[in-house]
Amino acid sequence: MSTSHSNSMEPTEHSNFIHYLTGFIFSCILTIAAYLSVTYHIFPTREILLITLVGLALTQLFVQLIFFLHLGSESKPYWNVILFCFTTLVVGIVVLGSLWIMKNLNYNMMSPNQITNYVSHDEGITK
Amino acid sequence: MSTAATTHLQDEQETVLTGFWIYIMTDCVLFASLFATYAVLHNNIVAGPSSREIIDLSPVLIETLILLTSSFTCGLALLALQRKDKKQILGWLMVTILLGLTFLGLEFNEFHHLITEGHSYTTSAFLSAFFTLIGTHGLHIAVGSFWATLLIIELLVRGLHPATIKRLLCFSLFWHFLDIIWIFIFTIVYLMGAR
Repeated sequence: MSTSHSNSMEPTEHSNFIHYLTGFIFSCILTIAAYLSVTYHIFPTREILLITLVGLALTQLFVQLIFFLHLGSESKPYWNVILFCFTTLVVGIVVLGSLWIMKNLNYNMMSPNQITNYVSHDEGITK
Repeated sequence: MSTAATTHLQDEQETVLTGFWIYIMTDCVLFASLFATYAVLHNNIVAGPSSREIIDLSPVLIETLILLTSSFTCGLALLALQRKDKKQILGWLMVTILLGLTFLGLEFNEFHHLITEGHSYTTSAFLSAFFTLIGTHGLHIAVGSFWATLLIIELLVRGLHPATIKRLLCFSLFWHFLDIIWIFIFTIVYLMGAR
């Protein structure tokens, strides 16, 4: 933005406005779609609903990253994108790792009696 | 200003923004741990209410749309900054703050309603995680609104100083980031919890 002529600024200024407006409209549509898919019981099972909601949220994440935060529009060597990818990895490990560990926690904390009971009743294994 | 000085300023600005981006990414990790805690604890309700019983979706949809609009008006303030139009920057910043405070008011109202019904953060592990996650986001919004107020004062006193411009750019990153975090709170806590 080093040009001092206001005339030469106008096209980029206008396209930037369109950029923000597109992001805003897309985000509103995605939010309302997510809301409606929960309030009007459209989906037959809870699993399909959950997958749809996660999909809509991730789409909106990328819409906002691109249109509002302008991720990827910086000059090389794209430090912000690299940092973002690394953070995504850390967030993935923290969230999925916690869920994975805690899901197996009840099983791993059982007493010997409970394990015998679990193995014979829930998994159908008999001696 | 000479071109060399302008490039130097732009380089410095980019360094500051990358540094601030690092802060935002660490904040992401903070929220990730809170989300993980919530995901693990959301079924541990003891004798308290489940998420299905306490969540009312329509005010939350309004909160979401308000925050989304404030993110947009914050973008409009940045566009005004590119034009060096001080009046419009001030105007859009004020709209952003007002929307942020409206959002906080609605959230406070929701918390107040829950606590008066006896569902406070001490009731169950689910409610502790619920209040911590949403409260931390609300705290960020409060800090952001305060920051924007300081920016308005700075703009009025000093005008469009390069240091003020840098702070405005950092603020916009922070505000957009909070909107993204809210999208996940809206989806994971509210929408998934309501069904």
